[in-house]
Amino acid sequence: MPEQESQRLLARRQFIKSIIAGGAVAASASYLFRETSWAAPAAGSVERLVTLNVNGQMRRVDVLKQESLAMTLRYKLGLTGTKLGCDRAECGACTVLIDDVPRYSCSVLTHTVRQSKVTTIEGLAEPNGKLHPVQQAVVDEQGFQCAFCMSGFIMATVGYLKTNPKPTRTELAHGISGNLCRCCDYNKILRSMLRATKSMEQV
Amino acid sequence: MSTTKGSNYKLIGHDYQTPDIVAKVLGQSKYAEDFRADGMLFAKLALSPMPHARIRRLDASRALAMPGVVAILTADEVPNAKPGPEDPTPIGRPELALTNEPLYAGEPIFAIAAVDEWTAAEAIEKVEVNFEPLPFVIDPLDSLRPNGRNARADGNVFYQNTKIKTIKWTAKDFDEVGKGRLPWGGEVGEEASFGDIDAAFKAADYIMDETLFQQSTSHAPLEPRSAMAYWQNGKLYLYGSTQSLAQSVAAVARWVGIPESQVNFVGEYCGGGFGGKITGSQIMAVPALLSKKTNRPVMMRISREEESFIGRVRPGFQARAKLGFRKDGRMTAMDLLIIEDAGPYTQQGDAQIASMIASLLYQPQAVRLRALSVATNTAPRTSQRCPGGLQAVAMFEPLMDKAAAQLGIDRVQIRKINAPVDNSPWGFPEKKGQPQDTATSAKVREVLDRGAELFKWDERKKRSGQRSGTKVRGVSVAVGAFFSGSNGFDGLLVIKPDGKLYVHQGIGNLGTHSVSDTARVAAEALGMPWEQVEVVWGSTAKSVPWSSTQDGSQTTHAHSRANHAAALDAKAKLQEIAAKKLGGQPEHYDVGNGRVYPRGNPSGGMAVGKAAEYAIQLGGKYDGHEAPKQVNAMTKASTAALAGQGLVGVAKDEFPHKGTTFSFVAGFADVEVDIETGKYVVLDYLAVGDVGTVMHPRALGGQLHGGAIQGLGHVRSQSLIYDPQYGQAVARRFHHTKPPTILDIPLDMQWDAVNLPDPQTPVGAKGVGEVAVSAGAAAIFCALADAVGHDYLRRTPIHPGMILTSLETKSMTHHPLKAYI
Repeated sequence: MPEQESQRLLARRQFIKSIIAGGAVAASASYLFRETSWAAPAAGSVERLVTLNVNGQMRRVDVLKQESLAMTLRYKLGLTGTKLGCDRAECGACTVLIDDVPRYSCSVLTHTVRQSKVTTIEGLAEPNGKLHPVQQAVVDEQGFQCAFCMSGFIMATVGYLKTNPKPTRTELAHGISGNLCRCCDYNKILRSMLRATKSMEQV
Repeated sequence: MSTTKGSNYKLIGHDYQTPDIVAKVLGQSKYAEDFRADGMLFAKLALSPMPHARIRRLDASRALAMPGVVAILTADEVPNAKPGPEDPTPIGRPELALTNEPLYAGEPIFAIAAVDEWTAAEAIEKVEVNFEPLPFVIDPLDSLRPNGRNARADGNVFYQNTKIKTIKWTAKDFDEVGKGRLPWGGEVGEEASFGDIDAAFKAADYIMDETLFQQSTSHAPLEPRSAMAYWQNGKLYLYGSTQSLAQSVAAVARWVGIPESQVNFVGEYCGGGFGGKITGSQIMAVPALLSKKTNRPVMMRISREEESFIGRVRPGFQARAKLGFRKDGRMTAMDLLIIEDAGPYTQQGDAQIASMIASLLYQPQAVRLRALSVATNTAPRTSQRCPGGLQAVAMFEPLMDKAAAQLGIDRVQIRKINAPVDNSPWGFPEKKGQPQDTATSAKVREVLDRGAELFKWDERKKRSGQRSGTKVRGVSVAVGAFFSGSNGFDGLLVIKPDGKLYVHQGIGNLGTHSVSDTARVAAEALGMPWEQVEVVWGSTAKSVPWSSTQDGSQTTHAHSRANHAAALDAKAKLQEIAAKKLGGQPEHYDVGNGRVYPRGNPSGGMAVGKAAEYAIQLGGKYDGHEAPKQVNAMTKASTAALAGQGLVGVAKDEFPHKGTTFSFVAGFADVEVDIETGKYVVLDYLAVGDVGTVMHPRALGGQLHGGAIQGLGHVRSQSLIYDPQYGQAVARRFHHTKPPTILDIPLDMQWDAVNLPDPQTPVGAKGVGEVAVSAGAAAIFCALADAVGHDYLRRTPIHPGMILTSLETKSMTHHPLKAYI
């Protein structure tokens, strides 16, 4: 098992354990985290004040134990680019990258990503404003219609292309098939994303 | 992908980067649920667990005692408003945001505001509600049974769009239903006809009599209808998800019970509507009223499940059709009996529209429609993309193929034989003996010819029914038709001293790109480079003109006209100013490339920014201090608000317009059916449109293909499911309603457009959104029928199981009339 994966599993197990035992969440939490929230929590609870790595920034945030990452991003961190279309892992509008893997943030507990790197649509472009090639390709192809699904599709594509940078159209469709577009503009979405793979190849 | 070229237009017909797309890719575009306000509370709706009931007692004391709970809003606190022209016509008691007598399971009965959503949800559980259960009915046919229940106390059949009565069929009528078909003799809600139906059948050589079924489907836009509201100085600031900006103001004002002038509506982006958010405003009254009550901002986040109840539905049909054809393939007569599943509140009228679209598309000499719009205790119905038009072609296009097979005529040919042309009649005359209305333009033969050529029809039709292992092929052609334009709205624009053209748009931004496409019409008429154009949209505080509701595929037509009119007004003012300042007569000047210049000397004259300065100096009509009498009050107020900022172009669309505008799409599909599993895939799809002048090729392609895939959803998988025993909606999530996914689309799709301007509108552009859906649905249905057999498929959605049993038994085994299976 790769080290990163084992760490994540460990963290999850500890998170569950911490809910059961009400004990402190152990080990590899960040320095910031240890400094500020080591006070013993009440029995049956987890730490509420946590530090998240979102778009390369360490963000302190007060999180309920049942809170989904989508709610934290949207309502606590002001990152409303991540959309909620179904609340239940059906539509993919809330897709973000967690350690470069696309995940439905509506169905990820915020507490489980304390040791992970979270990337949202707001974190894709370079600080100087230069769009990520996938974003640029969507602009160039005028992909999507209402675009409520767009953030999720872009994040799913960015994540998928990390595992398969030169997909065929069919492979790409399978790679991002966990996302729904109700305008059904799938043809233009695939055109946009395939265009992105070509421009990324040239880089 | 095809592109269409033609005219000398610099902007119209060319692809461009829309002014909203960079915000979208950056996640900066704000949809309703993305707005925040300090101290914001969260509202949660309580939904009726019963399909029909009366609330006898409601005790919220335990809920209100909870820490964090701020207020409850009950139905008694919702103004008893009458819907306006933007809304479906009310029949009896209108649908309001909250009710004490829910007419469907899932109807909102009260709402609670709390410091967070979890607290509000928990509080709802603590409210004690005592319901008196009332009779309910789910399947329209059950309501027509001799002792059938009525969905409402006042009757079960809506008619004349405003009334309700009670109709029960006889036991004899139901003998027919038992045999799987509707009784021709059963009493109906209303009738419409033209021509002599008996004579038309006498002229027929071949007559078919078929039972047909179209299911109800939810609109299910990806963005649920969340809304946020707060009040300042007695004025409501509402952030909502709506298809139509300007026209949502009056609707919101009515539902909340305040003057229109007190509503500031912000709707910058709409995450899809498909007819379900034409104003989408009823439920917005809840956060608005809760905000007023609590004196704090209120966000009401609507969940997917809530959206499945309150998010509107296309009415399903149970139908019988008798069609007569001459030997040469010409349709002579069409006799229709349609039961429309109307839901609890309004007569949507899809049955009427379906028959009108059929009368246009096939041009029979006589049509008779007998219709029953039956009230049921299921989710409220409203127009869904191609209302009635989708059902019409999904029912009748497969029958055209059956007729073609019977008469030995090619399938493209039989459609050309019956096709409407420019000025063809359609619909029912208002009074007997009066002539029918006419279609402005109809290039059906042209789209069929172009499609047949691009699809290689003559070659590919040979693949019909070809077997390869367990796979069998089906190829098809189908034509969709739908209304595609209105007129009479206002355009408003300003040329400011900065040299830029600001086009103010009161229409919504729901992803069709018409909000910027139609702004380009103004820029085109003024010869303004696109880089010097700003599209102003998204808030009624931004001084928007009176605009069409963004439905019925009317926007492109309506606002290409309105913006063209405003641009011509601005152009005349530029010419007048040039003549005043530089001498000569106005007609000696032309405008273009950001200048008003003496004819033949484009670098002479003055920049439009300079002319704007003069306009401000001149005042009056030039800078918006005066507005034309004809424009709407909203446009006048907006013009007054812009007065003094530059040269104002403002006008009502009074361009001549005779007849009714329709668009047409020919769809060609190629499917492969696995006869061992019943599973099928669409291998190829081509759409060719008659949408008048092409405005924006890529957006058009998106409409033609996206619409077709929505049509695939209708044919293949999308459905509402109700439990008839308890009246509960079972399809509450995408997992149940099954919209198409990215894996369902053909590997590649093509489109084209004949690009022939409509003669009844200045730039010749017609709408496309709706017709695209029906062409796709019908083409895919026809291709399946071509593969499986013309007599087996008469209802949507077509599940693999239906195909398998049909193939096995060589008959139609699925129940022909049962709703909600």
